[in-house]
This record gives sequence, C-alpha cells and structure tokens, in this order.
Amino acid sequence: MTDLTQLTLEAALEGMAAGDFTSGEITEAHIRACERGRDLNAFITATFEQALEQAKASDARRASVKESGGEAGKLEGAPLGVKDLFCTEGIKTTAASRILGNFTPPYESTVTANMKAEGMIMLGKLNMDEFAMGSSSETSAYGSVVNPWKKHNRLVPGGSSGGSAAAVAADMCLGATATDTGGSIRQPAGFTGTVGIKPTYGRCSRWGIIAFASSLDQAGAIAKTVKDSAILLDSMAGYDPKDSTSLNVDNGNWVDACETSVKGLRIGIPKEYTVDAMPTEIQSLWDQGIEWMKDAGVGIVPVSLPHTKYALPAYYIIAPAEASSNLARYDGMRYGARVEGENLIDTYERTRAYGFGAEVQRRIMIGTYVLSAGYYDAYYLHAQKVRTRISEDFRNAWEVCDALLTPTCPGAPFEIGRQLNDPVTMYLNDIFTVTASLAGLPGISVPAGLDQDGLPLGLQIIGRALDEDTVFACAGALEQAADFTAKPEKWWL
Amino acid sequence: MFTAERVADAKDLIRSDTGDWEVVIGMEVHAQVVSQSKLFSGAATGFGAEPNSQVSLIDAGMPGMLPVVNEVCVEQAVRTGLGLNARINPVSRFDRKHYFYVDLPQGYQISQYEHPIVGEGEISIEPEGGQVIVVGIERLHLEQDAGKSIHDLSPDETYVDLNRSGVALMEIVSKPDLRSPGEASAYMEKLRAILRALGTCDGDMEKGNLRADVNVSVRRPGGELGTRCEIKNVNSMRFIRQAVNHEARRQISIIEAGGIVGQETRLFDANRGETRSMRSKEEAHDYRYFPDPDLLPLKLEQSFVDKIRAGLPELPDARKARFIRDYGIRAYDADVLTVDRGVGDYFEVLAKGRDAKIAANWMIGDLFGALNRAGLDFSDSPVSAGALGALLDRIADNTISGKIAKTVFDKMFRSGGTADEIIGREGLKQVTDTAAIEKLVDDAIAAHPQQAQNVKNNPKILGFFVGQVMKASQGKANPQAVNRVLRDRLEL
Repeated sequence: MTDLTQLTLEAALEGMAAGDFTSGEITEAHIRACERGRDLNAFITATFEQALEQAKASDARRASVKESGGEAGKLEGAPLGVKDLFCTEGIKTTAASRILGNFTPPYESTVTANMKAEGMIMLGKLNMDEFAMGSSSETSAYGSVVNPWKKHNRLVPGGSSGGSAAAVAADMCLGATATDTGGSIRQPAGFTGTVGIKPTYGRCSRWGIIAFASSLDQAGAIAKTVKDSAILLDSMAGYDPKDSTSLNVDNGNWVDACETSVKGLRIGIPKEYTVDAMPTEIQSLWDQGIEWMKDAGVGIVPVSLPHTKYALPAYYIIAPAEASSNLARYDGMRYGARVEGENLIDTYERTRAYGFGAEVQRRIMIGTYVLSAGYYDAYYLHAQKVRTRISEDFRNAWEVCDALLTPTCPGAPFEIGRQLNDPVTMYLNDIFTVTASLAGLPGISVPAGLDQDGLPLGLQIIGRALDEDTVFACAGALEQAADFTAKPEKWWL
Repeated sequence: MFTAERVADAKDLIRSDTGDWEVVIGMEVHAQVVSQSKLFSGAATGFGAEPNSQVSLIDAGMPGMLPVVNEVCVEQAVRTGLGLNARINPVSRFDRKHYFYVDLPQGYQISQYEHPIVGEGEISIEPEGGQVIVVGIERLHLEQDAGKSIHDLSPDETYVDLNRSGVALMEIVSKPDLRSPGEASAYMEKLRAILRALGTCDGDMEKGNLRADVNVSVRRPGGELGTRCEIKNVNSMRFIRQAVNHEARRQISIIEAGGIVGQETRLFDANRGETRSMRSKEEAHDYRYFPDPDLLPLKLEQSFVDKIRAGLPELPDARKARFIRDYGIRAYDADVLTVDRGVGDYFEVLAKGRDAKIAANWMIGDLFGALNRAGLDFSDSPVSAGALGALLDRIADNTISGKIAKTVFDKMFRSGGTADEIIGREGLKQVTDTAAIEKLVDDAIAAHPQQAQNVKNNPKILGFFVGQVMKASQGKANPQAVNRVLRDRLEL
C-alpha cells in the first residue's frame, strides 16, 4: 500500500471518495508520522484520540452521504493541523504563551468550526511564535519548531506559523490552518517548500482567533500544493456577523481558478523589491519566475511601489500598538497564569513578567510607547498615513497590472538561535510580505527552487483585494512551471 | 477651548471680603442606555440579576472575542441627540481607552474619543427663581460601562461582578454654561426629564443609571476662567448642589489665602457634604486612546436619522407650552406635570373633559402628597387617572363636597375601590334636600341666638353658622344650599 502521508489533500479526498482508503486509515498514517516527527516540535497539543474518533464518524458520514446520493464535505475525512492561535472547544489553546496556562476555550473559532462542518479531522494544535509574534517560531513558550529542511545544523521553519509549515512539509498532516499578520503564512511557507495563502483581509472571520494585531490578522492555509491551499481556504472563508470586519462577499471559484489560463494577464514587477544584500540566487530565482510567467503568456510590466521602504517601520508601529492593547486582557484575573504579588499592581506585573516571553514583552512596550500621550501623533498617526500611501501605491499598480510577482523572503531559512537576539534582522524577514498585509491584499507563496545548500525558496504573488481568483491562477501557473518536487530528507525518522 | 461668556445672576455671586466670586460649572453626565442587551454583546442588561449571570464571552474579555455594535444603542444615542437639539454626526468612531483594573476585563474601555456620535446642541433650563437659560451641549458619545468591584464581602479579597461590564452608556458633556448650584441641579433635572420622555434612559439616580461628574472652577465675575476640578460620580440633585457649593468655597478660600487651585479629580463624600482629592493632574492616567481596530467607523444613513426624528415623542418643553396653552394651567404646575412622561400622560387623562386646573391641583397637592408619604414612585400609584377622574366627577355633579372628596381619596389610596363604591358604602352622598338642610339651619340658629342677632352687623358670623350646619351634617350638606338657606333665614 502507498504511504498515505505522501498524498496531496486533493488526492486524499479523491481516494476517500473512490473508496481506495478510509479516513480512519489516512488519519492513522498521519498520526504515526506525527509521532515519529516529535523532534520537529511542530505540535503543542496532539489530539490523536479525538482525531481517530472523528475519522470514524467521518467514514460513517461519507457512507451515509453516498447512500443518499448527497455530497461529502469539502474536507471530509482529511487529517489536518490547526495553529494554536485558533480557539478550539474543549481543547487547550495556548497561543504558544505561558500566560494562557491551561486555558481551554468553551468555544470554537469560526474558521475551525467551518472546517469541522466540512469534515476536517483535527490532529492537534500546532506550535508557533508566541502570540504569532516572530518570523522563526523560536519565541514559543513550548520550544522552537524545527524546519524539516536541514543543512548542517537545525534550521528555523520561519514564523509565526512555523508549526503549520513544518508539519505540512514533513507530511505530518495534509494541510494546516495558519494566520498572517505581516507574513506569518507566506514566509514559513517559503522556508519549508510549501504553499501559503493569505486571503484578503476580511475573507476569514477573526472570531475565536487569539488577536495579535486586529487590523492585520488574517487566517489562511499552508498546504502542499496551490490547489490544496485553495481547497482549504474555500472551507475556511465566509462572512461572519460576529466579526465586524468580516466581508459579506461570496468565495470565488478558487479551486478551479488554480487551473485557469493566465494568458493575457499582466504581471507587475515592483522595482523597490530589489533590496541590498539580497542573495543573488534569490534575484535569479525571481528572474526565472518572470521567464516562467512570460512563457505562460503573461505580459510583464515594471511597476513602482515607492513607499515600500516605509512599510516595515510602519508595520512595527501599528502591529505592536494593537498588540499592546489586545494583550491587555491577559492580567491573571479570569483565566490563564497568575503569579500572586503584594497587591494588585504587583500581581499584574509578576503575572505578565512571568507569562509573556521577551519578544512579546518587547512589542507590548513598543506599542505602549507609540500610543502614549505626546508620541501618538508622531508614531501611530504617522504610521497610519504611511499605510494609506502603501495602499495607494498598490492601487496605482493595479492600473497597469493584474498581480505582482516578488520573492517571498529576502533569504533562505537560517539556523535556530542565529537571529533570535537580533530583532531588527529578524524583522527584515517580512520585508516582502508586510506590504500586502498593510494593504489587506491577498498573497500566496509558492515553492520555486532550491538554493545552493538545497534549501527551498519561494516566490510570492500579490493580487487585488478580493481577487484571489487571479492569485490562484498565477500561483497555479508558477507551480506548474517551477515543478518543485523536492522533499526534505526525513532525517528525524 | 471653552469660553464662558455669561456672568451669573447677581443673586448667585458668592460674596466675600475680597469681592464677589462667580462659580463656573460644566457637567459630564453618564446615562445608562435603555436597551435589552449590551453595547457590543448579546448579554442582558436587567438590574438586580445574580452577580455574573449576565456576562457574555465578550464582556469577560475572553481570548479571540470580538465586539459587534448593538444597533438599538446607536438608535437611542441618536434619539437622545435629537432630543438635545444636537448635530448628529454621520460618521463617528469607537476608540479604546486603556487602563488596568479588575473590573475592566479587556484592559480597555470602548468609547468614542475623537469622533462622537452626537455633536453640539443645546437645551434650555429654568432654575428656581431665575430666568430661562440656554445651556450648550458639547457632545454625546457612546461607551461601555465597567464591571463592579465589591470590596466589603471579604477583608482581604475583592469580588467582581461583570453584569454591568459592557452595558451601554451615553456620556453627555455640557459646555461650562452653569453659574450656580441651583442651575447645575436644574440642568440635571431637565436632562433627566428629556431622557425619560425619549425613553433612552430611565433616569434612576439611586441605581446609578444616571450620574454626574461636575466640573467646578471659580473666577471674578466675568473674569478669566479659573482652574477646574472634576468631582466624580455625584448621584443626586441635592448632592450636586452640595458638591458645587462646597467645592466653590474650597477653591475661593485657597485663592484668598494666596494659594493656587490645582487641577485634580475629586470625590464627593455624601456623608460629610464635602469633596476630597482623588488624584492630581500628574497622577492622571495616560489612556493611550486609539481607534478600535475590531470595529469599523460608525456610518449613519440620513434616512436612519430621519426615521428616528419622525418618531420622536413630545419633549418636556413642548408639552409644557401645550399644557399652559390648551389647559390654562400655571407655568409652575405645567413644569411639575411634564418632568416625567407618565405624570404628563396621567394628567392628560385626568384633565380630559374636566376642569384642568382642579385636575392639576388634585394631582400635585393630593396625589403627589399621598405618594410621597407612602414612599411610592409615581408609576406605582394605587389610584389610576380613571379612578381619580371619577372622584372629581362626583365633586362636579355635587354628589359630594370637595372636603368629603379628600376623605374618599384617602380611602381609595389606602385600600382601593372606586369613588362611587366608597361614597355609597359610607353614606357620604351630599345632602341637597332643602327640607333637611332647613331643619339643620333652624336648629343651628336656635342653638345660637346671640350670634344670630349679631350677624347683621358682622357678616363674618355667617361662616360660623355654615360651619355649625356642616358639622351637624357630618360634612354631607351641600355648602351652596346651606349658604342659601342661612342667608334666607337670617335675612341677609
């Protein structure tokens, strides 16, 4: 029998529909892979027993649907992973932070509820950077996630959705949920040879997702293929009246869009994305990508996004500002960790000093500072103006092109520990992804090649707001041209 | 930012050896919005529920929970804005106001800082013994209430009740247009009357559903504005007057002693009738306001506002003018009868087809007096407008005298029953039978021959005989008939 963990989500769903294997079988296969991949530290909480029960129920459901001639759920029986930022009813949810302690939500996030309604089997809760703050999945209170791709030493899988990316790259699940605030889906996808889709802000409900920066946070998926990512996103997205920023629009026909011809489309190449000290192999991969798209019949247009250089500084004001506010609720009073002090203020201080890691504390302090009286105008308001300019840059670009092609990251995955104490270098990881986050645009990272050390590199497609159809079409063309089939050697087995 | 042009009435100046002082007052009133559920969650808002029984996941600040604005609360704020003759802002915004406290689960309060839903407006007030004053409204904004900390259930623990957490409040900010304690409380009375008439706040100060922060400063009459102190959470009309009075005098004595009034927040101690310092300007929180990214700007369609405007009830000022015009009652009575929507409605039922002045007198004198003595709210009155009306009808058709009617009213108030039942049961029907009255008159004259002789020289003695006859009839004789027969018999 074939190794069921080698299948794509699409093939697995087809296999189950054809009766080639059951959800129980493919779930068991993935549980075995998860157990053997413990060294990667991709999971915070495994829910294997529940997964087996869910798989059993799924098989029964599929049988009865078949009998009645109905249609199975979009994810019926597929074993998937869920980033531990999504609240899951009755399952411990940590945001990879000590502050949440043994918090077990009595509610289910809208996104995971949608996926469960479509038949998802949840293998467990995936590791990540604490409160999604980081680009390496090293800030987790549950230890660093390890990239399945290896050089000599262990590498980071990127972040913050590093557990999601590592688990998918290591064939421990067919796909996973992730969230993106400044690049937290696309960058780890780029680092692990997987596909990462961040949809338009407002496509996926934020209800029940632990907030980092509300105006930027957006759920999406990490998957093995572009089409798998479309299947996942289609099951996650949709209007939710419980989230005031949720968009009341229908999903596109994303799965089909992945195979739509891109002939005649215009792809913009932003000149500002050529940055100093970018490895030449990233530039040449980008050039290669341009050639692939040309071959697919796309017109290439040079474009300018002049405010790009201000994007990262603006992001590192807006995101910490919102984070400092969103994380105020973790005060040890109603749930989560609590360290008793001499008095109320002391209890707050001890609880938060114990509960939050260094990076989260740093961002809370930055955020508190930029919102303070006397600094608000100079920092926060200014950053918001930059954000408006960045959106205008994109709007101008859409006058001449339909999507943009850029590298996903300015470098290849790096060694664990190397950038942890150098926050500015760490923040530069998001330099190509953060603009689309600030403008709320859809972006996808597609694995496109290997560097000289045999590590994966990704290319990014950015599209117009709500135009995921074009994003998937371009990503599909890129995927086909790149024909990226490399897999990490399974050194952890 | 603020100017305060009007100079106080001469009677309201505070005299001192160093010359006259004038007090300048502005009010920030928090009014709890009448709504079934909270400003951003579906939890109920009823008063007096079991602690923490009306708390949603949002109100408790659980991870990943998001606010969704309650349209009813928005409607109520717009309705109130229209009632305050204020500008309704087509676009407003919710901001987060940060501070840490145990009864603030999110670590911030959602409020409207820079862009309130309602802008400038004005209302007119009529302080006792003064003229009509127009008081400017600076703004009205929507915000969440916090929970309640209870410190006295345990010596070393604080209990928190989150039922109030997230309940919608309207903060109504006046311009510094008030110049005396009396004007301050008259403003609050008027505001309460308007809110009640609109049905947007029940105005119950005892339950804390309406409370005032009073900003007080002093200056030489018409001079430059002084430094203000804010007195927090003053929750009765009397306390407002006391707090202003005490605070003005405190500030004057500081200045007269050569000191400088420091800007600070003060508490009113109702037991001692004084204010005391809570925190100085330096200790003030940095609230780090910024637009709430979980909520979109609040945009109001003109049609939404127009629909609310079309459905506005009659407001106290308009109703008062109508009562004076249509019912011919005194301005003072009209004022009293329009403070509360229910009182005005009662009066209109009572006055319909009857003498409105008599109706007003009965309500204000007898009904209010009885309710007051019994410690009952107007809405709990045991005598309905219909029942009181039936009693007034028996006076009008001479079945009973006005005096007997008071007795009947007392019985109706205490033990229920209609006027007719009580009159019948107790045999209180007025005697109009001339023969019976003639008998009583003759008896009275016979019993007091001296007075009967003197009556021609001293007509006041007639009153004595009326009294005697009424007494003999146990009040049931028709006074007009008694008068007529007496004049006849005494040849007056």
